[in-house]
Amino acid sequence: MREDLGRRFINAGVAEQNMVSVAAGLAASGFRPWVYSIAPFVYARPFEQVRNDICLHRLPVVLVGNGGGYGYGVMGATHHALEDYGALLCLPHMRAYVPTFDQDLSVQIDSLMKITHPAYLRLGTSEEPNGAVIPPYSAWRRLQHGPGWLVLVVGPLAGGIWSAARQLYGASRPTLWALSELPCLPIPEEFRADLLRSRRLLVVEEHVEQGGVGQSLALALASAGIAPARFVAKSAQGYLTGRYGSQGFHRRECGLDGASIVDFLTREGSRDAA
Amino acid sequence: MIASHDQERAVIARVLKSPQAWDDLRRRAALRLLEMHYQARAGHIGGNLSSLDMMLVLHHDFLDICDRFILSKGHAAGAYYVTLWTIGRLQDDDLRLFHCDGTRLSGHPPAAGIEDVLFATGSLGHGVSLGAGLAKAKQLKSEPGRICCLTSDGEWNEGSCWEALIFARQHDLTNLTILVDSNGLQGFGATREVANLDPIAEKFRAFGISTQEVDGHDAVALSRALRTRRSGPDVIVARTRKGCGVSFMEDRMEWHYLPMTESQYKQALQEIEQKCVTPSAKPWSKPLPAQSLSS
Repeated sequence: MREDLGRRFINAGVAEQNMVSVAAGLAASGFRPWVYSIAPFVYARPFEQVRNDICLHRLPVVLVGNGGGYGYGVMGATHHALEDYGALLCLPHMRAYVPTFDQDLSVQIDSLMKITHPAYLRLGTSEEPNGAVIPPYSAWRRLQHGPGWLVLVVGPLAGGIWSAARQLYGASRPTLWALSELPCLPIPEEFRADLLRSRRLLVVEEHVEQGGVGQSLALALASAGIAPARFVAKSAQGYLTGRYGSQGFHRRECGLDGASIVDFLTREGSRDAA
Repeated sequence: MIASHDQERAVIARVLKSPQAWDDLRRRAALRLLEMHYQARAGHIGGNLSSLDMMLVLHHDFLDICDRFILSKGHAAGAYYVTLWTIGRLQDDDLRLFHCDGTRLSGHPPAAGIEDVLFATGSLGHGVSLGAGLAKAKQLKSEPGRICCLTSDGEWNEGSCWEALIFARQHDLTNLTILVDSNGLQGFGATREVANLDPIAEKFRAFGISTQEVDGHDAVALSRALRTRRSGPDVIVARTRKGCGVSFMEDRMEWHYLPMTESQYKQALQEIEQKCVTPSAKPWSKPLPAQSLSS
């Protein structure tokens, strides 16, 4: 990138507040700045600069946060981004992009080069199931059909859950969707149809419950009069034991990993059958 | 629209060459500023009066069509609005609605609705970075023009200002001028007592920034400082008086926030009317030839 961009590649140093405001100045002058750092350092440290200098003026700045959720694993809580898109989506004109699979990124980047609003790109690690055929990119995407629960997963967390859920059959096998752009409205007709059929919805996200997709989707569904009979939201719980570890460790601790979701679906499937 | 704006500025620039014209302009602007703040029962009049001369000189004598201005000390919005009114960019009706429901002129510069106001400011410590971004854009595009950013002195408590200064120096933003309204007072005390940065000019120089110190109420000195050739981004530390021109406000901390009573307003009007020249005004002279500054 540095070679390609030449003078337009700017290392802003360890000064995130300035970095974001400079990006606002560049955007106001016709440039399309992309601002990159470890996720908390592009949304939490310079939050006021994002709000005042970028969002209030609807400038097309893309904040790229690497390591969404527990992505930085054992590096610790200061490097985690558990409330990133919830905090940012409170701001005017902001949209968040959470690629689910590697192949999504190029599509989203093409889109982000044309936007007329601020954006947050939350990067994580793609976990593509062996042998799975990934459907073409869409903000909402059905990955798997099943007679059981309807499961909606935000971003790359979907890969591991899909790998595990592919092993389920019968009443436990879920219909699985991945969501890669926020806010989650409008809700596609196909998803509504799946919901009306299943009437049981599980939302999984590596983000705290407050401001998360679970909350906003519950509000949207209730407002539309299509609230499911059962609704469960699984979200990041912080640090339940006070211990630190890999991203996988934290996901397991919060019940967000594939095995935990399969346990939940199996248990619920048996209960539904009974 | 742009042509007439240019022509208007050209006329104004010629008028400003006379000391009488400057005094008339300064008086007219200060009276209108007092009226706005009194009618709105708004505070911040002290810091508005300390920075008014700088904004008038910038807009009447210095800024060109390619230049941009950022008011980083957004609480001096009243002085900015009045300045824009004196160059015909805002109208009487706009000023009358200052602070009122439905106004375009919020207490701090708004995000939209006024062409000259590029950024909503009011939270301190943003303007220099925004200015650096605009200046960097011009540098990348090889565009002419200068970015001028007016900060308060208390604002330099904000770490982001120093982040911006480091960036400006690192990127050799020769098209960025930062003005500091150094009135020595901030929200709840003297800057020396709250978070002492004196001598602030030396601190700027220590960052490798060309720095001048001038009387911030001396139009000629300001004009000269603005025209001085730079070797990089530069700072003008303007020594000012909070509440300049109104005896009971001058150098008084409480006028950072207080609105005026009726009697105070009448006295302030009277004093501004009588002091047709700014207290520190010196004999009028043409700006000196440009000179190079070292860091």
